[in-house]
Amino acid sequence: MKHTISVTVENKFGVLARVSGLFSSRGYNIDSLAVGETENPAVSRMTIVVKGDDKILAQVIKQLNKLIDVIDVIDLRTGSYVSRELMLVKVKCSARKRTEVLEIANVFRAKTVDISHESLILLITGTEEKVQAFKQLMEQFGIMELTRTGKVAMLRESNNENRDDTELN
Amino acid sequence: MKLSGAEIFIECLRKEKVDTMFGYPGGVVIPLFDKLFDANDIHFVLTRHEQAAAHAADGYARATGKTGVCLATSGPGATNLVTGIATAYMDSIPMVAFTGQVAMPLIGTDAFQEADITGITRPITKHNFLVSDTSKIADVISDAFYIASTGRPGPVLVDLPKDVSSGKIDFEWPEKPNVPMGYRINKKADSAEVILAADAINKSEKPLIYAGGGIIISNAHKELLTLAETINAPVTTTLMGLGGFPASNPLWVGMPGMHGTYTANMAFTECDLIVAVGARFDDRVTGKIEGFAPNAKIVHIDTDPAAIAKIVDVDIPVVGDAKAVLIQLIKQIKHRRPNGWNKTIEKMKKEHPVCYNYSSEIIKPQYVVEQIYMITKGEAIITTEVGQNQMFAALYYLFDKPRRFISSGGLGTMGYGFPAAIGAQIGKPDATVFDIAGDGSIQMNIQELATAVEQKLPVNIAILNNKYLGMVRQWQEMFYKKRYSSTDINVQPDFVKLAESYGAHGIRVENPDDVSDAIKEAISIKKPVILDFIVDREENVWPMVAPGAAISEVMEGKKL
Repeated sequence: MKHTISVTVENKFGVLARVSGLFSSRGYNIDSLAVGETENPAVSRMTIVVKGDDKILAQVIKQLNKLIDVIDVIDLRTGSYVSRELMLVKVKCSARKRTEVLEIANVFRAKTVDISHESLILLITGTEEKVQAFKQLMEQFGIMELTRTGKVAMLRESNNENRDDTELN
Repeated sequence: MKLSGAEIFIECLRKEKVDTMFGYPGGVVIPLFDKLFDANDIHFVLTRHEQAAAHAADGYARATGKTGVCLATSGPGATNLVTGIATAYMDSIPMVAFTGQVAMPLIGTDAFQEADITGITRPITKHNFLVSDTSKIADVISDAFYIASTGRPGPVLVDLPKDVSSGKIDFEWPEKPNVPMGYRINKKADSAEVILAADAINKSEKPLIYAGGGIIISNAHKELLTLAETINAPVTTTLMGLGGFPASNPLWVGMPGMHGTYTANMAFTECDLIVAVGARFDDRVTGKIEGFAPNAKIVHIDTDPAAIAKIVDVDIPVVGDAKAVLIQLIKQIKHRRPNGWNKTIEKMKKEHPVCYNYSSEIIKPQYVVEQIYMITKGEAIITTEVGQNQMFAALYYLFDKPRRFISSGGLGTMGYGFPAAIGAQIGKPDATVFDIAGDGSIQMNIQELATAVEQKLPVNIAILNNKYLGMVRQWQEMFYKKRYSSTDINVQPDFVKLAESYGAHGIRVENPDDVSDAIKEAISIKKPVILDFIVDREENVWPMVAPGAAISEVMEGKKL
């Protein structure tokens, strides 16, 4: 089972090494990790997707809280949340196939950021499911290279648990 | 006022009321040592290996309750501290380790004596710091001591580059100590949790109190006694908790676990409620989890929420400092009269005492410990090495007071006991200190004889000399058909001559009749003394729970 947690940390030297070291030394599985500064440059936020059961997740959260540089840990299951991911994919694409590829890209509202005789680089943002679906559709053409950021996530202010995570952009 | 980094360093130590530190010099820390040369109010103890400096700071901290301080140079000096830091980390000991580092511009260039010590010690320190600028030294040191000594204590490492300690700046003391944003100390528990715990205790027919090192860290031994006597519950103390509850109290059932007493292990197996305070359900105590305390509800009181429900499922977690929580709890519990459960426990204690087969022909290691106990009247500070010596000390020396039993529990570090004894003796100059050692362990930091002689410490080292790596040999006897692979260490120094070569005193004892006189002689000599007790080579530690077995399956050894 995958869990998404949001960890706020002091933006200090070595903090990423500390967090990833904690995961590796205790054998917890990181599916993805995205980190960057917040509105306060002294504070960074990490969005980590952890693989494991409830017991493991509980330990992960407690162990993270023990780290001096960690300010707060939120298990995003505790409320409804927004999550997005960004992916760049270089698709094999000669002039003949281009229209087909771009049609699919349009449906997903992906953007073309590079074009050459034999390939296209497409940029897509969306939920994990959307990004995954797009990747699968591109596979038929041939994926030359792919890079994903991993999830970033944030709790919604309106605590409406049954709301759909619909695209608004 | 223009101050150098080194001067700020010394002033910070003074502000933290540090009067003792242990260490070894080297190139990048000469600026610090130059200032220490004039600091007559700080007793600097030069050890002969950095590992010993860390263990000594650790032993000092355990004996006194203060934060231990050690200092080493960069590169190999720093890496030599690693075992000592990991030892302190596993046992939650307050310690600040200072290491020198190459100058800031050289970091990352594979410079001479450079090591990424902050990277290396990240998983074994409560926190660590690399001081990047002279102006940051004071804040870092203040944070380091605060973090090391509060909440669940632990070692903190501070890495000081050479240019940072030699740099000079216009310095002004920061107004207030800087508390890290994310650091929380859990003192008083949530009253709802305490009420639930009290309720469970009041309803219990067969309660067992399981107390660990947290009692000692929290200075909660008086409250623990009150709790135990109010509810008349049997009490078991772990290796780290020995002395946290008086062994002479009839409610005490001994230490639990792999080499624990029959009664303690059966108490776990048959109780209906475990009140765990400041203990962490370590695998040495629980044995096979599936067979652990099958009938018991568990109340777990601990200041570290991560320790709760880590190994066993906990029914009532109570997060808070042991002393504070016990005070809250005592107000809520009802007096409980001794019942059938107490009688069962007493019967077990009587029928399954910790014992061995005394011999008048060959010295039994248990006899040595017993004699040390009797002659010192249970009042000495006992440090141990690791292995059979450690288990014999834990089983045959009875502790009534805390901060008397000093042993590497979590990491199990051979070579810990002698330097820790040095640290303990320095912290408690009037105490009688014994390191109960094996012949294997004692050779790991034997060079500290020089330190003990130089510092004029009357520490006594009791070597239970069986010319084997005893505990491993026991396992090889029991589980590997006596194939003593690499455990026969009969090539050893003449410990008496070795002691004398350092200017210490040595006494060899080969006869059981000479044991007590030798101990008395050692105590009377105000120099370090090695007592080389030639003991039965194949004596085993009993009781024992085999690895992978449940703690109800206690093996008590053969009795003649």
